[in-house]
Amino acid sequence: MKARIHITLKDGVLDPQGKAIQHALGTLGFSGVEGVRQGKYIEIDLAETDKSNAAETVEKMCKKLLSNMVIENYSITID
Amino acid sequence: MKSAVVTFPASNCNRDMFDALEKLTGKTPYQIWHQDSEIPDVDLIALPGGFSFGDYLRCGAMAARSPAIKAIALHAERGGNVIGVCNGFQVLTEMGLLPGALMRNSSLKFVCKTVHLQVENTLTNFTNAYTKGQVIDIPVAHHDGNYFADEDTLKMLETNGQIPFRYVSKAGEATASANPNGSQNNIAGIINERGNVLGMMPHPERLIEDAQGGTDGRGFFESIINTLK
Repeated sequence: MKARIHITLKDGVLDPQGKAIQHALGTLGFSGVEGVRQGKYIEIDLAETDKSNAAETVEKMCKKLLSNMVIENYSITID
Repeated sequence: MKSAVVTFPASNCNRDMFDALEKLTGKTPYQIWHQDSEIPDVDLIALPGGFSFGDYLRCGAMAARSPAIKAIALHAERGGNVIGVCNGFQVLTEMGLLPGALMRNSSLKFVCKTVHLQVENTLTNFTNAYTKGQVIDIPVAHHDGNYFADEDTLKMLETNGQIPFRYVSKAGEATASANPNGSQNNIAGIINERGNVLGMMPHPERLIEDAQGGTDGRGFFESIINTLK
């Protein structure tokens, strides 16, 4: 199975990289960009064949290593 | 006073920390590799600066899951002193020994310069050799030193005197222009509630003798030595 994980900054956490991207988009002539938030995308190939077991394992991975719960949120999809 | 310096792959200030501790304590620190799961009985464990594991995923994230980490956490739990400088500070927050997180500098640039720090709390194990309100000059060299914590945590840090070091102007004012990385409340270093774990972005180990251009970092090490007398 494949787990796809999006890690994003929590609301209220400043994202200077997102701000720089927003600025660059403006410089390139893309008007109306009201905000940019940058995050991470991680794919994990799993030997597990049971979807709920896989979800449980990946949830633990996110909590233990992949995200920093102080500043980040994560979302998982498994297929 | 016995100490140990923990080295991770791509630590690069471990030797500076080792030399500072050796010169000022008069005892050779233990050198601990990140894969060592046991650390000898010491008074102080130091986590040095650098770019452990290439800063992959997040700064300090991989190091904070190393085999040596359990021994460091146990040492702290028993009341042992732990310091983390620069990458070491990032590792301590990733371990959860200190609250908050260190994010990319607000300028997005690597900052390498000498900054002014105010010593705000001199009642800690790590600052008692300084005088309250003293402004010291210490170098910073980092890309990710932008301290972030939620409002409740910040309030707790401020109320409990858990911010021994703050970025200030030469005159001692915590202005935006004196803040090299965008840290909330100009925070340069914090200490845990119990008072035995300290993390800071600036490098006191780089200023312990005149040959390094100044001695403002000596007080940091002298404080720890005073504490453990």
